[in-house]
Amino acid sequence: MTAIISIKDLSKTYAGGFQALKRVDLDIERGEIFALLGPNGAGKTTLISIICGLVNPTTGSVTVDGGDIKRDYRRVREMIGLVPQELTTDHFETVWNAVSFSRGLFGKAPNPGYIEKILRALSLWEKKDNRIMELSGGMKRRLLIAKALSHEPSILFLDEPTAGVDVELRKDMWQVVRDLRAAGVTIILTTHYIEEAEEMADRVGVITKGELIIVEDKAELMRKLGKKQLTLQLSAPLSEIPGALAKHELELSNGGNTLTYTYDTRAGRTGITSLLDDMRSAGIGFSDLDTTQSSLEDIFVDLVRSKK
Amino acid sequence: MNLHAIKAIYMFEMSRAMRTVMQSIISPVISTSLYFIVFGAAIGSRIQHIEGISYGAFIVPGLIMLQLLTQSISNAAFGIYFPRFTGTIYEVLTAPISPLEITLGYVGAAATKSIALGLIILATAAVFVDLHIAHPLAMLAFLVLTALTFSLLGFIIGIWADGFEKLQVIPLLVITPLTFLGGTFYSINMLPPFWQKVTLFNPVVYLVSGFRWSFYGVADVNIFASLGMTALFLLICLGVIWRIFSTGYRLKT
Ligand SMILES: Nc1ncnc2c1ncn2[C@@H]1O[C@H](COP(=O)(O)OP(=O)(O)OP(=O)(O)O)[C@@H](O)[C@H]1O
Ligand SMILES: [Mg+2]
Repeated sequence: MTAIISIKDLSKTYAGGFQALKRVDLDIERGEIFALLGPNGAGKTTLISIICGLVNPTTGSVTVDGGDIKRDYRRVREMIGLVPQELTTDHFETVWNAVSFSRGLFGKAPNPGYIEKILRALSLWEKKDNRIMELSGGMKRRLLIAKALSHEPSILFLDEPTAGVDVELRKDMWQVVRDLRAAGVTIILTTHYIEEAEEMADRVGVITKGELIIVEDKAELMRKLGKKQLTLQLSAPLSEIPGALAKHELELSNGGNTLTYTYDTRAGRTGITSLLDDMRSAGIGFSDLDTTQSSLEDIFVDLVRSKK
Repeated sequence: MNLHAIKAIYMFEMSRAMRTVMQSIISPVISTSLYFIVFGAAIGSRIQHIEGISYGAFIVPGLIMLQLLTQSISNAAFGIYFPRFTGTIYEVLTAPISPLEITLGYVGAAATKSIALGLIILATAAVFVDLHIAHPLAMLAFLVLTALTFSLLGFIIGIWADGFEKLQVIPLLVITPLTFLGGTFYSINMLPPFWQKVTLFNPVVYLVSGFRWSFYGVADVNIFASLGMTALFLLICLGVIWRIFSTGYRLKT
């Protein structure tokens, strides 16, 4: 696959002196869904804003389909649709006018048929003559998507598209995104949730404190991140892991009192049953058990640590 | 040239004006009518003719200028300030559109509105006083040039302002005084010689004088000086806007 967006050595230091992006390098491949995963303030919106021309980078360059975002801004921006994180809309406009306005702004001749198609796909057709202030929050978010799609972009940025959207609607929204991908549109979305990245993305980039710490195929990342641990408090301490349990991935801690088993939730078999069977045969009892899954924070901490 | 974009912005702004037709047309017309009643009919009848023109007719060009300047500025300033304030400006800034095109859309719409307003006030004036226009083409040219120039100035103010108060500051503290002191209600020949010289530093004098010349063929300053000053001011505003967009001032972080 070829890169449609190529980000090189991109840094951003805001006027106040805060460095929001630190030398980011990233290639987005044509036709993929790329999820940018990171906690609040990681720099996701900053990165997107630079590509879309809202924020000037401090250093580095971005090319889109071979064109520089500054020098070839016309060609580059015609290709891009942006759904911003904030719900910013013109209260007094009607839905129909707002979407038509966006299409014109991006240099496309009017095409009422196409706009009708988008509004229907996003379940906004009934509201087309309503003023925007009469819409609910979730409808406004879909309106922003309709506006971003109005000029038939080949790249779509979705900055936290599911914030404030209910479960049902989220499903519809993901369907729209999948349809777009099937039509060849490259999609970059940001999210706080691993589950969301997992559900939608082909590849995932994890960003924290302005650094892109990992970019990985979703399947690979999920294997790394999707680990769970089973902790067993033993009835009697062990000095070492007995040979009978050697085939399991175990760790002994807490003076031999705690046995920790790490497993992959995604694997067909977790191996817990066979571990417990083997323990019974070996006569090792336990008084308590507990399972834990690493939180997003733990994962970030782990990733940062493993990078150093 | 992204003509669709210019049209989209222009139409968007014009439809906003239609929604707020009350503020944008009716109130300036009412306030101008009040001037005519007070200065033209009530007081004007006691004032002798100026350069052979009845006082009521004499103040018409100045009054149109007064509205043209303040309305051009506030239309254009509000037009760009509001999307900055609500955040919807993001769409314009991410669109494949050049600074010139953005300016044409917003300033074109603001200027159109104030030209329409100027013509409406002119029609209103015709109800109160006996008007004749000596150089109609020159009159239109001054109307359009002034509307454009001050819409550009308003556009700059709308980008510079970081609060609603600042939108009002320049029209209120600079433009209105300069217009009142710029010969709207009197000929600068009526001033003592010293103040006549000082007044020549007021750019509005050139606008009002040129505009009045197009009505009555008499002017306080040379008509070419008027044209030259208007053109100069237009160029300065264009230069400032060019600078704003090339640095991203107040638009990008
Ligand atoms: N205009 C600005 N001026 C100064 N600092 C800013 C500005 N915009 C963002 N920042 C800072 O840059 C950092 C990154 O912000 P950014 O909006 O990119 O984060 P994010 O990953 O999108 O976060 P969230 O998940 O909360 O949306 C934050 O610490 C933020 O405070
Ligand atoms: Mg963000």
